[in-house]
Amino acid sequence: MARQEKKKDVVIVGLGWTGSIAGIELAQEGLDIVALERGHDQDTVPNFEYPQQIDELKYGVRLKMMQKPSQQTLTVRRNDGETALPYRSLGSFLPGNGVGGAGTHWNGLNWRPQPVELKLRSHVRDNWGEQIIPEGMNLRDYPISYDEMEPFFTQFEKVAGISGYAGNLNGEIREGGNPFEGWRSEDYPMPPLPTTYDASKFRDAAKAMGYHPFEAPAGIASTAYVNPYGMQMGPCNFCGFCERYGCYQYSKSSPQTSILGALKRMPNFEYRTKSEVLRVELAADGKTATGVTYWDEEAGEEVFQPADIVILSSYQLNNVHLMLLSGLGEAYNPLTGEGTLGKNYAYQMNGGVSMFFKEDNFNPFVGHGANGQVIDDFSISQNDFGAEGFIGGSYWRAGTFNGQPIRNMPLPKGTPSWGAGWKQGIGEWYGHAMSIGSHGSHMSYANNHLDLDPTYTDRHGRPLMRMTFNWQDNDLRMNQFMKRKMEPLAASMNPDIMQAGFKDIGAQYDVRPYQTTHNTGGHIMAENAREGAVNRYSQTFKAHNVFAMGAGNFVQNTQYNPTGLVGGLAYHTVHAIRTQYLSNPRPLV
Amino acid sequence: MRTFLRIIGGLAVLGVIALLAFIFVPVQRSKPAQELAADWQPEPGQGEYVMHASDCVACHTAEDGAPLAGGRAIASPMGTIWSTNITPDAETGIGEWSYDEFRAAMVDGIAKGGTHLYPAMPYENYRLMKEEDIRALYDYIMADVAPVKNQVQETQLKFPFNLRFGIRAWNWLALTHDAGFNPVGASDLQDRGQYLVEGPGHCAACHSPRTPFMSQDGVTADDDSFLAGGVIDGWNAPALRGEGSAPQEWSVGELADYLATGRNTHSAANGEMGLVVEHSLQYLTDEDNLAMAAFLKGMDGAEVKVPATLAAAGPTPLPPAAADAAGEATAKLLTEASPEMPLGARLYSDNCIGCHFASGKGAPGIFPELQDNHLVTGSETAPLISVILQGAEVSGTAKRPMTLRMQGYADRLSDEEVAELASWLRKAWGNDAGPVSAADVAAVRGASASH
Repeated sequence: MARQEKKKDVVIVGLGWTGSIAGIELAQEGLDIVALERGHDQDTVPNFEYPQQIDELKYGVRLKMMQKPSQQTLTVRRNDGETALPYRSLGSFLPGNGVGGAGTHWNGLNWRPQPVELKLRSHVRDNWGEQIIPEGMNLRDYPISYDEMEPFFTQFEKVAGISGYAGNLNGEIREGGNPFEGWRSEDYPMPPLPTTYDASKFRDAAKAMGYHPFEAPAGIASTAYVNPYGMQMGPCNFCGFCERYGCYQYSKSSPQTSILGALKRMPNFEYRTKSEVLRVELAADGKTATGVTYWDEEAGEEVFQPADIVILSSYQLNNVHLMLLSGLGEAYNPLTGEGTLGKNYAYQMNGGVSMFFKEDNFNPFVGHGANGQVIDDFSISQNDFGAEGFIGGSYWRAGTFNGQPIRNMPLPKGTPSWGAGWKQGIGEWYGHAMSIGSHGSHMSYANNHLDLDPTYTDRHGRPLMRMTFNWQDNDLRMNQFMKRKMEPLAASMNPDIMQAGFKDIGAQYDVRPYQTTHNTGGHIMAENAREGAVNRYSQTFKAHNVFAMGAGNFVQNTQYNPTGLVGGLAYHTVHAIRTQYLSNPRPLV
Repeated sequence: MRTFLRIIGGLAVLGVIALLAFIFVPVQRSKPAQELAADWQPEPGQGEYVMHASDCVACHTAEDGAPLAGGRAIASPMGTIWSTNITPDAETGIGEWSYDEFRAAMVDGIAKGGTHLYPAMPYENYRLMKEEDIRALYDYIMADVAPVKNQVQETQLKFPFNLRFGIRAWNWLALTHDAGFNPVGASDLQDRGQYLVEGPGHCAACHSPRTPFMSQDGVTADDDSFLAGGVIDGWNAPALRGEGSAPQEWSVGELADYLATGRNTHSAANGEMGLVVEHSLQYLTDEDNLAMAAFLKGMDGAEVKVPATLAAAGPTPLPPAAADAAGEATAKLLTEASPEMPLGARLYSDNCIGCHFASGKGAPGIFPELQDNHLVTGSETAPLISVILQGAEVSGTAKRPMTLRMQGYADRLSDEEVAELASWLRKAWGNDAGPVSAADVAAVRGASASH
């Protein structure tokens, strides 16, 4: 018999970005709220304090901030013919853990999607016809437009404290910004940060080729900053320890720097750590949820937390898993196309060129996660899908984003990976390398999906989630297109050595090396319950008092890092709850 | 001879009688400064507001104790004084106190039963409070504060300070000012600020110097030494007037930001002042914090320009300041980063520069300025050493909810290194204060280790 806690108006599952946003916005309505966080509590000090935090071996290599596979993991296979095996050692993606979630250890790149990315099927149909959509690609429009989302992107950027320079201010294209971005109603809340030498070298080369370089939009403070909740950031010192670390400098946008201090002061909000939600409980008629059952790690017992509203704001993979376990929709069947949970899992298609310059010193210990110059000349809105034979695009960026000595040690191919030859290579090349990265879109396909594993269970006896995922030709063709475009640009910079790394047709997904933690889809947004798991307000079609936040809503992945869209959707959702749902709880669509 | 003895004897008798009278004859209690109408009632919330403005909580609450239930140790030169339980508990608190007895404690320092309070209770200042505020406070404590049964440790000072009747003589020296408030009449806002500063805020208790008898040298705006700087528990309470003082260097808005949030463009509130912000000032209205700032600014005749709001919500980018003329040479030394630079500068580069920058200007509202910072250059060096060793914390406040914490470097720097660093800071960017020794650092390190 589970212990039962006092009923709350709202229970929030996971206290990262979206859980914190839901917490503070709904607490402002006077609702009685509890957030349940699987991991530990953490704050800038003492958890991220200098100098203990910048321990690359502990955090960068041994991944102390991440979810431990022994606590929670999933199984992975590349296609329906393989047997999925547990992801026992973190590699390809790194789900976070603890208060703040992945929002504490990200790089800080904060993008909005391009308007056409939210209406991609229409864009393709209107320009080239639906016949260019490859078989098996579940290409869809988001059930919401850029214009509708714009105020919420702006709101999130103010809260998160983003540095940058608007390229499209209310339709006016401004020199020095991104001319291909969607319109902005206001400029970024902070000016862009200064740029490192590798970035300026790239900028000059890109300009010479007629491209349009601009500073990457950064969730990294360029000045001291006060956000709308009165929360504060301090200017970044370019230490280069962003991804995989909490920021000791109060410089990186995170729930800790942007929201939690203000939220914790609110008397109608509480949070419980080491509280892992096991399932959402549904009412007898299955049309609403009654609350959640969680595992109280300290007490070692199950607890039922009744609530009127359930906000699922854990990581995308965990949200989908919880929904599958709780029956918040039917599992997707790729053969019939029926069901919605686990549908349209997508990822990111990345590549890049490394360059070595004997005469240049790049000071690779200076940088930050969102450092650098970017071009969007090969972005989704700019590419001729019909002519090039793929649907997608990427942004390119150059600039040191990892100032850490163990892992940021690029060496020319053929250099021994240990011993005297390795040491000689480092002596010769450390500080003389730079790279250009291509960060590309990833479409959704019938073949790539999530469901419950038939074999493996977790420590609570629940089936693990199973990921079926492999690279698809469309995205690999996009990647090869980027290689063909990037190599001449890199060559124009006259490096002594240059080497490209772009996956080619036939590449198989390898879950071992780190690639990106941009896992998307699985509880996608849609116009109707046949197509997706949630509506435009992230409200589940199954139970109208359950809202599922995060990148699980992405219909297909954009070419950008997901946080800007995740944050914008979260504000859009809580706005709908505040203005439409609370006064009359019902399905909003 | 007999006559002489008779006279001596008479004088001795008179002396004994006088002494007995001094000890046992009840002290006259001050009359109310104003007469309140018989049907007078405080405004809703007035008493709680006065409680915040008077900062009762900071002293009358033990660490992790119930609010106002007493038991906090207050260090004084005479020994440790334990704050009393002022919840309305009949047995251990002030539940049995009449209003006249409560007023006497506030304005004359006399407890129920006639015992003299130690002047750790700032009745020198509270005696300037308005009758209606004292009454509202009494009503609030009696009606709205939950009684807490908490027998507080009795204060036991060494001889002669354990003889409480001696305070009667001390009061003759200290309480030369009448009860009640006399506005200077600069403006309504500044007068309100003056009232809060002089009376409930009891700023002079720390920020005025002390006489040789340890009474406040400067209790009201009429006194020359009022708020001219003091030392409290090893911390400098900097001068709030005169050249180089914060009110003269900062704008009214910056001063008010500091009061309301414990942080502003220049500085952050640590130590005792941090407690004042945490327990008192953050609860005051913007208008009252602006009023105090306006009064302090105008006290020496400076022009008073009052902004409409303080510490407004963002989004607000606040670019850090570049080094000024006085700080230029230090900024250049740090930026060039020659291996030949002095050890203090190198230690600064290795440990401090990331937040406080080569300019020594820090970053507005979050990383304090080290140039012209009273904590850095004060006559008392223990606070600076303590911040380097143990770090510092500015609690979140209503308008700036983020708790800002600087981590300590006790594990990373030796006593010699801290001394080098502190001495260097006290001379950097035009600062001009004397050196700190490794022995000074060892003393602070030892004291904090024994806590």
